[in-house]
Amino acid sequence: MAFVRRHLLSAYAFLAFAYLLLPIAVVIAFSFNDPLGRFNYTWQGFTLAHWQEPFGPPGLQDAILASLKIAVLASLVATALGTLIALALVRYGFRGRGVTNLLIFLPLTTPEIVLGASLLTLFLNLGVATGFWTIFIAHVMFDISFVVVTVKARLVGFDRHLEEAAMDLGANPFTTFWRVTLPLIAPGVAAGALLAFALSIDDFVITLFNAGSTVTFPLYVWGAARVGVPPQVNVIGTLIFVIAAGLMLVNVLVQIRRPKGAV
Amino acid sequence: MDFLHRHRRLIPYLLLAPGLAWLAVFFLVPTYYLANTSLQTGSLDVGYALTWAWENYSDAISTYHEQFVRSILYAGIATVAALLVSYPLAYFVAFRGGRWKGLLLLLIIAPFFVTYLIRTLAWQTILSDDGYVVDVLQTVGVLGDGDRLLATSTAVVAGITYNFLPFMALPLYVSLEQIDGRLIEAAEDLYSSKVQAFLRVTLPLSLPGVFAGTLLTFIPAAGDFINAELLGTPRQSMIGNVIQSKFLVLTDYGQAAALSFVLMAAILVLIVVYTRALGTERMGV
Repeated sequence: MAFVRRHLLSAYAFLAFAYLLLPIAVVIAFSFNDPLGRFNYTWQGFTLAHWQEPFGPPGLQDAILASLKIAVLASLVATALGTLIALALVRYGFRGRGVTNLLIFLPLTTPEIVLGASLLTLFLNLGVATGFWTIFIAHVMFDISFVVVTVKARLVGFDRHLEEAAMDLGANPFTTFWRVTLPLIAPGVAAGALLAFALSIDDFVITLFNAGSTVTFPLYVWGAARVGVPPQVNVIGTLIFVIAAGLMLVNVLVQIRRPKGAV
Repeated sequence: MDFLHRHRRLIPYLLLAPGLAWLAVFFLVPTYYLANTSLQTGSLDVGYALTWAWENYSDAISTYHEQFVRSILYAGIATVAALLVSYPLAYFVAFRGGRWKGLLLLLIIAPFFVTYLIRTLAWQTILSDDGYVVDVLQTVGVLGDGDRLLATSTAVVAGITYNFLPFMALPLYVSLEQIDGRLIEAAEDLYSSKVQAFLRVTLPLSLPGVFAGTLLTFIPAAGDFINAELLGTPRQSMIGNVIQSKFLVLTDYGQAAALSFVLMAAILVLIVVYTRALGTERMGV
């Protein structure tokens, strides 16, 4: 009985994993498809043509560049702002902690469409033309909360004695921060920055509302979805997947290989 | 430097200021403008003005109540479906994952590494009329000859379920992983069956994960419009589709803002009711 149930659970988990991974396999497979018409829906034949010319379709390269620029800028700014908030929350007692936590928490529980729409009403009412910089503003806004949550999780358990030791040895607060605090919290900050970058590069809804005539990669895909998505979109999608999953995989494998007991 | 030494109590506020200012200006202030816009009338040609047009709300609700109900319904079904798929999966990874836990978790979040729109388009391919899935289902007789999967409510709900599944599975995994295995052993030592031990020990201890997972899935699902757009037809259109087209295509800003506000309020009310019903004390949240 226990034997059956054990395998029932394994079989169920296997099916669930298959369900999760099937669309990814489809994305990768159809990047090698040679479609007959504009629509890349049915398998016609194998080709490497799209991989040899990933930026073939007009506008695709500009869209990817815009996405990368915005993601780099927004994740840098959001990481800086979010890390400072996380430091204040974990390290200092101050009045207004409840309000601060609420302000961090609310954007996480508001549907993206409401975040995007309300930001658009701000720009509309103030007569600000939407475009590259309004997308940047929006991305920093929704990235901050995620950075705070990520960095905070790594800051808990941080040994303050190390900083006090540095101060006792004559380091001023800035030297202490730069030479002691920052190196210690760097893994958390890096995790926050990576998350912010990933969220920014994938964001569609908030971007759609505040993009004006600027086209990011997800907006390009949205536009193409109506007239037929070129297979190069699958190539780029596959590349993004391989890079992101590869980074995570290295991280996981390092942890698996690490001997028990070591931190 | 001396200034900071003398006013140490100011340091946390200096750290908070830039980030909170950003959130205040680009998150809180916009909420005010959303409310303001929802009471405006006008058009792109003559401009928009605040006329305290409360009828924006009544018109919006009477015209689009169907899309509202559909959004809540689809999001609710997708949340339950995601829970049913995720719970055994998270249980498997937490209790049977062993040293492969990290790798299995990576598989759970793998869909997030494919751009949202692209993975939804992949479902379009999978469910398409001349795809294998429809072919097989027609052969075994589940679907009739002319029946489709794409452009149905099922496709839209399935798409929503898929897209937000990791939001459900991760909190479930975290709460299951934290359970002290000795508690389950103790229950079994005291002659409870495996099923009893699960129902009376494991399940109650995992409720915080269920709570967090259902909220994290339901909220984005209720506001979603991508799945209805790519996998459905106008007959499956959700409130997000209406808001999107009114803001960006029809420039009917007053009603669009009113609809956004109602959506936000409806979700807040549902969260409060849900939190009360489950009882946060017992949940330990």
